[in-house]
Amino acid sequence: MENFLLLIQKPDNVPILAMLFLIPYFMWLAYKQARQTDRIGVPSDAALNDKVYVWPYLCRNEFICAIIVMLVLGVWSIMIDAPLEEPSDPAKTPNPSKAPWYFLALQEMLVYFDPWIAGVVLPGLIIAGLIAIPYIDINPKGKGYYTIKERPFALVVFCFGFIVLWIVLMIVGTFLRGPGWNIFMPWQYWDPHKIVPLTNVNLSYLFGIRDATTANFFGFAVVAGYFALGPIFYFWKYKTSRFLQELGLTRYVIVSFLFLSMVALPIKMVLRLALNIKYVWVSPWFNI
Amino acid sequence: MNEERKGLKEKITNSDIWKSIFRHGYEKTGRRYTLQVLQNVWLHLHPPRISRHALNFRFTWCMGGITFLMFLVTAVTGVLLMFYYRPVAEYAFGDVQALEFDIPFGMLLRNMHRWAAHGMVISVMLHMFRVFLTGSYKKPREFNWAVGVILLLITFFLSFTGYLLPWDQLAYWAVTVGTNMARATPVLGHEGPFAPSDITQSNDVRFALLGGTIVGPSTLLRFYILHCVAVPLVASLLMALHFWRVRKDGGISGPL
Repeated sequence: MENFLLLIQKPDNVPILAMLFLIPYFMWLAYKQARQTDRIGVPSDAALNDKVYVWPYLCRNEFICAIIVMLVLGVWSIMIDAPLEEPSDPAKTPNPSKAPWYFLALQEMLVYFDPWIAGVVLPGLIIAGLIAIPYIDINPKGKGYYTIKERPFALVVFCFGFIVLWIVLMIVGTFLRGPGWNIFMPWQYWDPHKIVPLTNVNLSYLFGIRDATTANFFGFAVVAGYFALGPIFYFWKYKTSRFLQELGLTRYVIVSFLFLSMVALPIKMVLRLALNIKYVWVSPWFNI
Repeated sequence: MNEERKGLKEKITNSDIWKSIFRHGYEKTGRRYTLQVLQNVWLHLHPPRISRHALNFRFTWCMGGITFLMFLVTAVTGVLLMFYYRPVAEYAFGDVQALEFDIPFGMLLRNMHRWAAHGMVISVMLHMFRVFLTGSYKKPREFNWAVGVILLLITFFLSFTGYLLPWDQLAYWAVTVGTNMARATPVLGHEGPFAPSDITQSNDVRFALLGGTIVGPSTLLRFYILHCVAVPLVASLLMALHFWRVRKDGGISGPL
């Protein structure tokens, strides 16, 4: 328990504590407005053509908002001091060594994937995927107002990525990871000598494959088969789905690749936590 | 008394000096409100008029503006901190200690800089969340969303490079952990897949970032320059582009 109490008192963790309240608040705010639009429809043109002068109306809002934020920041800065630990020492590695709080979701992914995926490929895909969003989301509805009914798929995917895979993993990395990057519940003592049995095996081993070359082909088949789910679904549904026809093959390939890559993370997490799978694909060059 | 004051006020606002600075009058007309925005360099990125729903906090969450405000706070406090800080391994930690214990309001300065930076990371993430939830990235704002994603990255990078500067254990190991990822970059990192055999730990992409094989004095200098000069410059340019595009793409998004 005392380790957890120390953690939540760490000044650098204040932003995460703030997010614990801010995220639910803003989700509630958005949800309320989305429900309102979904029930009574988008406000009519007449109500929206109403224009106001920036000076004084917008400038006044900006000014008041700035004062409130500066007040909060001022109180925060007076009450809580920025941390300063001992002078840096390359010979003294703290256990656990944590990245800054906003990178802890990435560090958390390192548990499940090798560094080249968790630290390079997935962040790259997150950036590329975010930039791609406006070009692959061809749904013209839901522009400029909160709604759930008109774009459920986009909302679910984004909220899953942002809330679960970014915010929740960040919180787990901050508050539940202790020495050896092991999970410690808030009430548990951080035992640096905690023994965690390393019983993880590769997926091919679980299927009884002992030969490295066969295992390599097996892993390749699993991963390739997983990403082939996208095209298979496309050709299966293409004839009957107007949506797929409008989306087109290029956009669809990008959407399905990004989507499957994102879902691969929770899948790997489940495989690791439930079945102790280490790697799905072991090759001479890399492991996935 | 009241009459006198009014007379004085008029005298001042009618003087040549005052009129040379403030071009607009003070009558309560639409023309004056428009001029007030158009003729002010700080306000001219705003259009003279906006739709009423853009004032609504429930709709905008104010997060973009707060992000910009936090950037300004870090810029001002950051310049002040630069007076007291030397990015040299021998001095850096001592300078931060001096800020905390010797320099008047040094601690407050440092706190404001750090918390404003954290605040900026929070507000920029919430800003992106709001823009997504309202579908504001859709045509014609696709490109501005892309600029926003780059700005989000830049915010993280600014915060990350600044994290090293106190040169304490927290800073040192957080940056060590963060930059260790670069080892594993495919092809360009010495531990990454498909790395050619002549890529070693003293010429890979991590070496370029750190200026060494471990986080050391040259890393401190590199991160300092990135943090105080290079990245803020890029961030400012992209912010200008971002705000300009908000305006050119038809102002803040709405259901019309």
